[in-house]
Amino acid sequence: MDILIYLIPVALFLGLIGLAGFIWSLKSGQYDDLDGAARRILSDADEDNTENS
Amino acid sequence: MGHAQLSDDSGNYSAVENAAQGYEALVQKAPDDLNRLELLISGVHCGGCIQKIESTLLEEDDVDAARLNFSTRRLSLTWNGPAQRANDLVTKIEALGYGVQGFDPALEKLQSRDEEKFLLLCMGVAGFAMGNIMLLSVGLWITSSEEMGLSTRSFLHWFSALIALPTILFSGRPFFRSACGALKNGHTNMDVPISLAVILAGAMSVHELLTHGEHVYFDSAVMLLFFLLIGRYLDTRARRSARSTATDLLSTLTGFATVIEEGGTRKLPISALRPSMIVRVNAGDKFPADGIVKDGRSEVDTALVTGETLPRALEPGDEVYAGTLNLSAPVSVEVSKAAEESLLSDIVRLMEKAGQGQARYVRLADKAAKLYTPAVHLLAALAFILWWGLWGAPWQDALLIAVTVLIITCPCALGLAVPVVQVLATGRLMKKAILVKSGDALERLAEVNTIILDKTGTLTTGKATLKGVYDPQALQLAASLAAHSTHALSRALSDSHQGALLDVENVREYPGQGLEGVIEGRQVKLGSRDWCGDQNAAPSSDIELWLAAAGQAPVCFYFTDALKKDAAATVEKLQSNGLEIHLLSGDRQEVVDLIAGQSGIETALGDQKPDQKFAYIETLKKQGKHILMVGDGLNDAPALAGADISMAPGTAIDMAQNAADIVFMGEEFAPVLESYDTARRSGLLVRQNFALAVIYNIIAVPLAFAGYVTPMIAALAMSGSSLVVIANSFRLNRKQGA
Repeated sequence: MDILIYLIPVALFLGLIGLAGFIWSLKSGQYDDLDGAARRILSDADEDNTENS
Repeated sequence: MGHAQLSDDSGNYSAVENAAQGYEALVQKAPDDLNRLELLISGVHCGGCIQKIESTLLEEDDVDAARLNFSTRRLSLTWNGPAQRANDLVTKIEALGYGVQGFDPALEKLQSRDEEKFLLLCMGVAGFAMGNIMLLSVGLWITSSEEMGLSTRSFLHWFSALIALPTILFSGRPFFRSACGALKNGHTNMDVPISLAVILAGAMSVHELLTHGEHVYFDSAVMLLFFLLIGRYLDTRARRSARSTATDLLSTLTGFATVIEEGGTRKLPISALRPSMIVRVNAGDKFPADGIVKDGRSEVDTALVTGETLPRALEPGDEVYAGTLNLSAPVSVEVSKAAEESLLSDIVRLMEKAGQGQARYVRLADKAAKLYTPAVHLLAALAFILWWGLWGAPWQDALLIAVTVLIITCPCALGLAVPVVQVLATGRLMKKAILVKSGDALERLAEVNTIILDKTGTLTTGKATLKGVYDPQALQLAASLAAHSTHALSRALSDSHQGALLDVENVREYPGQGLEGVIEGRQVKLGSRDWCGDQNAAPSSDIELWLAAAGQAPVCFYFTDALKKDAAATVEKLQSNGLEIHLLSGDRQEVVDLIAGQSGIETALGDQKPDQKFAYIETLKKQGKHILMVGDGLNDAPALAGADISMAPGTAIDMAQNAADIVFMGEEFAPVLESYDTARRSGLLVRQNFALAVIYNIIAVPLAFAGYVTPMIAALAMSGSSLVVIANSFRLNRKQGA
């Protein structure tokens, strides 16, 4: 059972990474325009200058 | 660099008659010395549009960022340069063929986007915590403490606490806030028992933890939060769209007018216009305020006010209304009423008033919550008192049972019952090109027993079509001349002519009167009866256009606004559902009667002004009727807002679409029936969901009350009931055979 002492924190840590990823995506506005993103992907144009969001 | 560009541009554009002006007033300061402007863009349909607008703006050297939000049609623009630069940038967007409106930053506060983001964040955190706690809890559930060992169990309990307590504090905030707010105002809402259950479960668990007890309830508390947050988020999203349309509507009133003064012209915000100022309105612009035409002849598109799609001639001395569109030539207008008092503002005010009335509508979920909340409190309190006072259990056990009762009466199923059905139903309608804008629209639609229809553009196509058979030669002459004009009637005329067109020379368009040209050496006129028609001809109920060719008797073309193809069939089906249908129109009574006869509607009233329509609805409402209003013009806007529920076709003007709860695309009328059917069915499902939740409670509560429910059973029952409710809601999609 001692293995739990390592495994559970490891599992929790991995979960936290996922949560951090979610919070980052939320803060960077990726849920603000769900319809737009679906359409932008279809445009071929060079996206270099639209990185400022 | 930016300056050189600027002077160059402004030099070029000042030559263009309708270059944008006055937008500098809406510019805000952004960090890093940048200027920021928020605009509403109309006419954006696809990814290509986004790309076109953004890349055009980013080509400018001084533009720092341009981002168009497709969902809200809002363009956020920042640049490094003077505020006046805003006008050039707006002109560039307009040159691409998109409509631009300034978005007043003051209106931004009305948006609830932040709230939505906050809920999403809480939901994400709760979801993460739930997953991780379950990982530990499943171990706890399936293994006895003898097998696991006390120290392992305590370890798992401590870890659960480590995850759950911050989560409860973080993700519980939406419920705590709302509960506090309600309690402060001396009443209670659904969030009170939720908060109570979560806090008590957490506190109980901490107590168990410290005394090395057998059970902790962290998993139940976090799961409760997660499921409730899902329901809450879906609900907020549905309501947000309704609110954002209201702010869009208000922003149409922010704009600029060209005021003529001694020694030149000046741009003024519309809100600064005062009576007796002279305003110049270019062709294609909206009249900024109510007033009297001083100079110039033109035509006005009054669709906004009267709902009629055909233009009206305008001469000096005529009255014009704010928001109507000047079509063919520049005119000067003496302002008679300040913008705040103008007709358009009246209409907006009426709509606001009506909107408040609508907000008084009690949603089904709220009704349920009203019954539910006191019952739950009472039961939990009763459980505690009975076990502790009467049956002499230790207070910890009694409190534990009370908390279990609170949790197991689980508002999850209740919280999910409405939003899940709503989201599924709106998704289904969306696929059929019917947009449901407000969260509770379908709920209200299901209760409707009276439908009020507008005529033009709603029951009819809203486009003039040529009626009858004419001499091919006359038609060819007329069509050849008409091809040179963009007037609605001219377009209808040239569309209905199939053959070759003749060459026309020296075409001139006389605003409000007609067209003149020379065809094969003959002088030909096409226009109104007064201008070139036979003054003695019998008046007709149809729209007329006269052709006068030199050396020939004038020929009259008749136009009519045709009924939508499926209108009569749909009206009949709606009537067979027991719905009463009335037709209200701003058009003449004869025309309205004709259309009513064709579509099988018995009650039809013509010559209705916006306020009359509104009053008509108020009267019907007082008789206890639940009204669906379908309309497309600004004249319908107050009525749309005043009715219990409203629909507008996608061809409707923006303001009507804003006011309506449901917008349907396409040339058909059948979506009205489709929406009604879906609303009825989802109403049925919501009631079934409530019934399921009640049945679940009837079984679970006595068990919890008797103290038979372990944390595992509580957690399983909770997720089970939520899943059953969700599964039942999905029948909305499956059951549809056709």
